[in-house]
Amino acid sequence: MKASPFLLEIAGISKAFPGVLALDNVSLNVRAGTVHALMGENGAGKSTLMKCLFGIYSPDSGEIRMNGEKLQLSNSRSALLSGISMIHQELYPVPFRSVMENLWLGRFPLRGFWPLRFVNDKKMYEDTMRLFEELGMDIQPEMITGRMSVSKIQSLEIAKAVSYNAKVIVMDEPTSSLTANEVEHLFHIIDSLKQRGVAIIYISHKMEEILRISDEVTIMRDGKMIGTWEANSLTTGRIINLMVGRDLTSRYPERHNIPGDVLLQVEQFTSSLPKSFKNVSFELRQGEILGIGGLVGAQRTELVEALFGIRSLSSGRIRINGKLIRIRRPIEAIRYKMALLTEERRVTGIFPVLSVLENTVVANQKSYQKLYGLLDERSRITDTERSIQRLSVKTPSPKTQIRYLSGGNQQKVLMARWLLTNPDILLLDEPTRGIDVGAKFEIYSIIAELAEQGKSIIMISSEMPELLGMSDRIMVMCEGRLTGILDGRKATEEEIMNLAAQYSVRTGGSA
Amino acid sequence: MNTSLKRVSEFLTNYAIYVVLVVLIIGISVSAPSFLSLSTLTNILHQNATKAIIALGAAFVLITGGVDLSAGRVVGLSAVISASMVQVSDYPRKFFPDLDQLPVVVPVLLAVFAGILVGLINGLIISKLHVPPFITTLGTMVIVLGVNSLYFDMPPNSSQPIGGLRNDFTKWGSGTIDIGPFSLPYLVIIAIIVAVICWVIFNKTRLGKNMYAIGGNVQAAHVSGINVGRNLLWIYSIAGALYGLAGVLEAAKSGGASTGYGNMYELDAIAACVVGGVSTTGGIGTVPGIMAGVMIFGIINYGLTFIGVGPYFQLIIKGAIIVVAVAFDIRKYLAKK
Repeated sequence: MKASPFLLEIAGISKAFPGVLALDNVSLNVRAGTVHALMGENGAGKSTLMKCLFGIYSPDSGEIRMNGEKLQLSNSRSALLSGISMIHQELYPVPFRSVMENLWLGRFPLRGFWPLRFVNDKKMYEDTMRLFEELGMDIQPEMITGRMSVSKIQSLEIAKAVSYNAKVIVMDEPTSSLTANEVEHLFHIIDSLKQRGVAIIYISHKMEEILRISDEVTIMRDGKMIGTWEANSLTTGRIINLMVGRDLTSRYPERHNIPGDVLLQVEQFTSSLPKSFKNVSFELRQGEILGIGGLVGAQRTELVEALFGIRSLSSGRIRINGKLIRIRRPIEAIRYKMALLTEERRVTGIFPVLSVLENTVVANQKSYQKLYGLLDERSRITDTERSIQRLSVKTPSPKTQIRYLSGGNQQKVLMARWLLTNPDILLLDEPTRGIDVGAKFEIYSIIAELAEQGKSIIMISSEMPELLGMSDRIMVMCEGRLTGILDGRKATEEEIMNLAAQYSVRTGGSA
Repeated sequence: MNTSLKRVSEFLTNYAIYVVLVVLIIGISVSAPSFLSLSTLTNILHQNATKAIIALGAAFVLITGGVDLSAGRVVGLSAVISASMVQVSDYPRKFFPDLDQLPVVVPVLLAVFAGILVGLINGLIISKLHVPPFITTLGTMVIVLGVNSLYFDMPPNSSQPIGGLRNDFTKWGSGTIDIGPFSLPYLVIIAIIVAVICWVIFNKTRLGKNMYAIGGNVQAAHVSGINVGRNLLWIYSIAGALYGLAGVLEAAKSGGASTGYGNMYELDAIAACVVGGVSTTGGIGTVPGIMAGVMIFGIINYGLTFIGVGPYFQLIIKGAIIVVAVAFDIRKYLAKK
C-alpha cells in the first residue's frame, strides 16, 4: 500500500440517529504537523464527527485510518491509546486533586515491590515539570486542579494528551472562555505541538482565529462535508457564505401574530460573573416573538436565566408594563407570569421516572389544592388530557413515564406544563434542540399560535433558519454583548453571522 | 468586606474543624481547669482508639463516594468471634469447651478475616451487580447480625454474653506501656500505627490516589484506565479489615463480647468523618481531619461529662456539632452561579 500523505484519514463516515442523518458520507484528511480547522453552524455535525473519531459513537459506515492503518475505536480509551486525544470544551478533571495526579491518573509511576509499592511522587513531579517545560507551560504540578483558571486546566489537558503520545489532538472551541493573553499562550502551545508533528483538528466559530492559525479549513453543513480549502485562500466572508449557503424552505408555519404594546423592558442587564453578559438592554412587545441568536458562549442562556431569577445580576432593571420590578428567584418570575423552558431538557426539564400526568401538572399544583391540602385528582387528569390533545402529544397514556416518549413529545409536555400556569411571557431556550424535523414543525406551530393569542415569546436558537423563520425581531449576541437587533422578516443569515462573530473578529484583530 | 476580615473568614472556613476542636478544649478548660491534664488526654485517647480505627475504615468508603452501613455489625461479629476462642480454660460456660489454648494471633486473624470477607462481599455486590453502596451495606449489615446471632446462639453458649477472656488477650485492650510517669495504652499505639498506615495508603499508594479520583470524578477515572471495580473491592476489603480489627480490640478492652457490640458505630464513624471534613459525595478527606473529627466527639463525651453536663444535653450538642461543622465545611465547595 502506498504511503498516504495524510496522518489521519476519516473516510466516508455516515451516522444516523432516529429521524436524522447526522453525518452523510463525511471525509476528512489531516496532515501531520498542521492545524486543520473544522467549521460549520451549530448542528452541522462537527461534534458527531469528533465523537466518532473519539470512539464515543460508532459510525454506521466508513472508516478511520491513522498512518494508513485502520483503527478500531470502540471507546474513548482505545482512541486515547491510538494517539487521538480530545480537549473538551467543558473540561473534566478530578477537581480536588493535584495537577500531576490528574496528569498521570491511571498510570502513576511506581517504586518498590508489592506490598510495599508506592507512587513515585518525585518522578511524577519531575516528569510533570519536564513536560510543562517542553510545552512552555507555567503550572505548578502540586496545584489543586479545581482552583486553577480554565486556561490552566486546558493547558493541563493538552499536556496530558502529549504525554499519551497523541498524534492527533482535537480542540473543541478551545478559546471560548479564555482571555486575549491566554489565547496567545494557547497559540504558542499549538505552535510547539505542530513542530512535534502533532496534527490538530481545531473547532471554532471565530473566523479571525481560524484564518490566523490554521493551515487547512474543512467546512460542514447539515451533516455533509462541503469541502476543504487552504486557509490562506479564504476570507471571513467566504467562510460565512460556505457555512450558511442554503435555501430557506417552508419549514415554518405562517404566523398571524401582531406585536402590540411593550410588555417587558430589560435595561442594562449585567451579570455578577465577570465573563458573562454585560449591559444588555432590550424590550419585548405583547404577542411578539423575539429570537436571540449567537454562537456557543454568547451567554444567551445566562441572560435568559438571569431574567428568570436563576442567575444573579450585578446591575440591571426589569420593567413589566412600565412598572419597575425585581426578580431574584424563579418563584418571583413565575408570579410575574413568566415561564422558562430550559435548554437542557433532560437535566432541568423532565422528571424522567414520573408520568406524563405528573410532569404536566407539576408547576401548577397549587391550583388543584382543595380543602385540607388534598389534590383534586379529577381536574389534574382533565387538564393533562386537554393538554395532550391541544399540543398533540403522542403518548400511550397519561400514566406513561415521560422518559419513554420521544424528545419532541417530551418537549411538548414541558410546554404544556408551562401553559397551564397561563404565562404572559414564555422564555424558550433552544426549544427544538435534538428534536426531529416533523416534531419541530409542531413546536413552531404551537409557538406561532401562542403569539397570536397575545403571549410574548423570547426564543433562543442556534439555528439561523429557525430564527429567521420564526422571529418578529432577532437580537444577536456575541461574547455577552448585544451586537444588534434585526427585523426578522428582512434579516439574512449573513447578517446574523456577522453580528454573532463581530466581537471576536474585532478582538482577534487587535490582539 | 475588607481584606483582613476576609482572610479571617477564609481561615475559619478552611480550618473549621480544628477551630471547633480548639474552641471545645478552651471552653471546657475554662469551666474546669483540671480538665487540662495528661491523664485526661490518655483517657480520651484510650476511649476513642477503636472509634478512630472504625472511622478510618468508613473514610476509605466515603472518599470513593460510597457509604458503609455494615461497619458496626462487623465490629460485633469480630468481637464475638475473637472472644469465643480466647476464654480461660476453667471458665464455666466456655464457648468451645474442648478448645485448647490457642495462640492469641489465631483468633485475632480469624476475626479480622471475617471483616475482610464481609468487605469483599460488599465490594463484589457493588462493583459486579451495581447495587448502590447504601443498599448493599444495609443488606449485609442485617445479614452479618443474623450470622453473628446464629454463631452466638450455638450451644453451649446459647446467647450468653461471652466472658472470662485470657489476660494475654485483654492486655491489648487495657494494658499500657509505662514511660516514666506517663503510661501509654497499647490501644492508642495500635490506633496510631493504623492511622499512619492509612495516611500512607491515602497519600503514597496508587490505590489511595485512585480512591480520591473515583470519588472526585468516576468518569474521569474510568476514561483514564482505572479499573474502578477492582479498586472498590480493595477499598471495601480494607475497610472490613479495619472494622474487624476494631471488633477484636473492643472485645479485648471490655474483656467480653456479645452480638450487641458495635451497634450503630457506623453512624458515629460517619459523623466523625464528615465533621472531620470528609465529603459524603466523595473525593475529599484527610487522615488528620478524620482524627480531629474523632477527637471532637471524644472530647465532647468526656469533657461534657467532666463539667457535669447531662447525657441528654450531650446528645443535643453532638447533633448540633455535626450540622454546624458540615455547614461550615461545605462553604469551601459551594459554587457561585
